[in-house]
Amino acid sequence: MRIFKQLVSIARERSPWLFHLNAGACNGCDIELVACLSPRYDVEQAGMLLVGSPRHADILCVTGPVTRGTRAALEAIYAQMPEPKAVVAIGSCPASGDVFAGSPAIAGPLDQILPVTVYIPGCPPRPHEIINGIARAVAILADKGKDTSNRE
Amino acid sequence: MNIGRSLLAFLVIPGLLYAVPMAWFMLWIERKIRARMQGRIGPFFFQPFFDFIKLIAKRPILRSRFDTVWMIGLPVSAIGALLASLALLPVFSTSSGFMGDLVLLIGLIEVPALCAVLAGFASRSIFGEVGATREAILSITYNVPFLTAIVALAISAKSIRLTDIALIPSGAVRALVVLTLLLCLPVKLRVNPFSLSNAEQEIYAGPTTEFDGPRLALWELAHGLEWVVLAGMAACIALPFRVGSWMGDILLFALLSFVTVILVTIMAAATARLKISNAIRFYLKWSMGMAVLAVIAAMFAR
Repeated sequence: MRIFKQLVSIARERSPWLFHLNAGACNGCDIELVACLSPRYDVEQAGMLLVGSPRHADILCVTGPVTRGTRAALEAIYAQMPEPKAVVAIGSCPASGDVFAGSPAIAGPLDQILPVTVYIPGCPPRPHEIINGIARAVAILADKGKDTSNRE
Repeated sequence: MNIGRSLLAFLVIPGLLYAVPMAWFMLWIERKIRARMQGRIGPFFFQPFFDFIKLIAKRPILRSRFDTVWMIGLPVSAIGALLASLALLPVFSTSSGFMGDLVLLIGLIEVPALCAVLAGFASRSIFGEVGATREAILSITYNVPFLTAIVALAISAKSIRLTDIALIPSGAVRALVVLTLLLCLPVKLRVNPFSLSNAEQEIYAGPTTEFDGPRLALWELAHGLEWVVLAGMAACIALPFRVGSWMGDILLFALLSFVTVILVTIMAAATARLKISNAIRFYLKWSMGMAVLAVIAAMFAR
């Protein structure tokens, strides 16, 4: 059983599947996230895949300051993801609201709605930083798996 | 075929013990070749295995008991049908099938597509329904040339036993049939240019959109097994002889399956997704033409 738990922990580290949600972003961070999949950065060599359905995903990548219109969708999508899961806030918008802070049109920042695992600041952050942030989230995810398995 | 031998074929070679590692290997090869052709490095060797383990260990969303039953039952029956059809494949010259096993094989190969259609509609997700509709339309379309090609083989061999069908037919019939099968493989495996039913990002994940955790892992495994079965079927029909020794036969079978996978993957990586009307026109024109030619050749050659 211990060996299987170690295997699961390695597998979680090796195969993070991402779901990308634009919560009212200006598309800057979205372009940088998609750039991670391109031949120059190629995150598939780390096992990362961008999946189409939140039910398949391990990591929710949120861009944008969370407008009032996207809040319900954000919560629904987070609820649809199976455990263990992580949330990565890409860019300054989900972290603080950035230039939209204080606007009546936004419901964010993100941490008032969902538990955020990793913040990646920048407007927009570079692909290196996004990959670095997701790698940190993956490490936390794998450790989280270990912790819960120890408790059980 | 006695029970012990069928069990051996189902569970060991070319069944479970051979097929599951081979399924992961083929999924890896497919992703790796696609990545290399796009100028990327691509996933490392154990990637599909780790994907499977990770999905198995996820804690899925709680659903009603009925939902849980069909969500596990459908992929499991797809896997069972695929393993059974692998066990029927005439890999060895000595594996004496039974009269009419060709009909059973054709039936079993269609089960995964049927399960995917049912899963898509039962998930009640609009993307699942669109995917399932496309899957159903395409499977009706590709089955016309596919079955015609199989009929050509049966006419040429004057038999519906798989062992005869794999070994007897003449060269021209065999070449035409193998070409038709190779044209049918991409749509059966849902890869480009016929990746309409699971069109990623376009309709999310098609029939499997609502599946999570272990249930999705079962579908991933079923998809890998589809690669093994269909590449294996093409390999069995393409090879006009058997070595005779147990080891040689399985090695040759694996090698030819591997070549088939590489061919299909290169075509998938080099093309973009077609519209469904274009895909249907392609099958009814080119594959069907080739299959009809095979039937004519078989009738003249007998």
